[in-house]
Amino acid sequence: MCLGVPGKVVSINEDIAEVDFGGVRRDVSLLLCTGVMEGDYVLVHVGFAIQRLEKEDAMETLQLLEEFIRG
Amino acid sequence: MNQCNRINTVGNVDSMLMGISRLTDRTFRFMEVCGTHTVSIFRSGIKSLLPKEIELVSGPGCPVCVTPVAEIDRAISMAALKDVTLLTFGDLMRVPGTSSSLSKERAMGKDIRVITSPLDALEAAAREPERKVVFFGVGFETTSPAIAASVKEARVRGISNFYLLSSQRLIPPAMKILLSSKDAKIDGFILPGHVSVIIGKEPYSFISDEFSLMGVITGFEALDILEGIYMLLCQNKEGRSEIEVQYKRAVKEEGNPLALEIMKEVFKTVSARWRGMGMIPGSGMALREEFKEMDAAEIFDISCEDKPDAPGCLCGEILQGIKTPKECSLFGTRCTPQDPVGPCMVSSEGSCAAFYKYGG
Repeated sequence: MCLGVPGKVVSINEDIAEVDFGGVRRDVSLLLCTGVMEGDYVLVHVGFAIQRLEKEDAMETLQLLEEFIRG
Repeated sequence: MNQCNRINTVGNVDSMLMGISRLTDRTFRFMEVCGTHTVSIFRSGIKSLLPKEIELVSGPGCPVCVTPVAEIDRAISMAALKDVTLLTFGDLMRVPGTSSSLSKERAMGKDIRVITSPLDALEAAAREPERKVVFFGVGFETTSPAIAASVKEARVRGISNFYLLSSQRLIPPAMKILLSSKDAKIDGFILPGHVSVIIGKEPYSFISDEFSLMGVITGFEALDILEGIYMLLCQNKEGRSEIEVQYKRAVKEEGNPLALEIMKEVFKTVSARWRGMGMIPGSGMALREEFKEMDAAEIFDISCEDKPDAPGCLCGEILQGIKTPKECSLFGTRCTPQDPVGPCMVSSEGSCAAFYKYGG
């Protein structure tokens, strides 16, 4: 149940961000995360950003997935 | 060359496995505390890649699995009240109570709905002011700040028909109880990544300070988990018992201070009953006095008496890593994902469901 998915912040309207998850866009609350800017990557859990991620770090998750698939 | 040089995380599986094999000089029993790890371990086939001396056991980190029967019964009773709409996460729907489940009750016509965010419950309450909207909030530290923020938001927006039925639990107190049991026999912990995004590293310090055991806060991809195991083996090789962070891309040492502050502002810690583990002091969360007008447990006054688990169900022992699903006489016969007896077979993150789907 503790799933967290990284996504890219497309736009921000007060404390709601539009976040892109590989093509699927969702509104995400920023009430638990400070200093989030457009273009940032965030880790999202149950509709809330719970951590801001460095771009390289967010990419690492994607690279790990790819690496494992290639074995 | 130092055997414990950090292997580049974005390395390949082979080099990580070679490192693990090289450091496996005896038998090890590591517990993955979090249900999301359990699923990832089974789905990726990690167990079959590891040296046979390394045993991975699942812990009490599936919130659905540790919710006692009595709390499911209470939610069912609440959904039967006049004008009540009960909302919860999908995983809870099929968990058997004493004589029914939320899913069966919905089929009987009760207004029970599945949501993916506590904010959805808030929106439902705003949209339908004539309904009493109860959010049955289950979860660990990862989820609690989101629930707390939703409670605060209800107040800010003046939504007066939103109620919280809190069934939230904290991971470190349960781990402490687990380690205090003589049955534990654990050499180290693969610690939950997303709980730790919120709480950081410090709350686990008792593992090394009081029990001289090691733990690595680990991410959820297959290579993360392999690296977490590798880091545990490195600690063993070097004679260290520490809490380390493998999942550095998301976990900061101090956690998420804003989320912790909001959680503390809204909730107080209370004793909570865990399925199979009994009452654990300081392991639950209830709304503070200042928010009592949203406390469904107070407002609707439905008793929550302790109920026994289903006869023969070993979920309690399985959650503590004492037994494996295959040791349960109900596993795969009377208890299947289609017709579950215990919660570990219901939740996709439960040990029994993972064993059933992927094999032991």
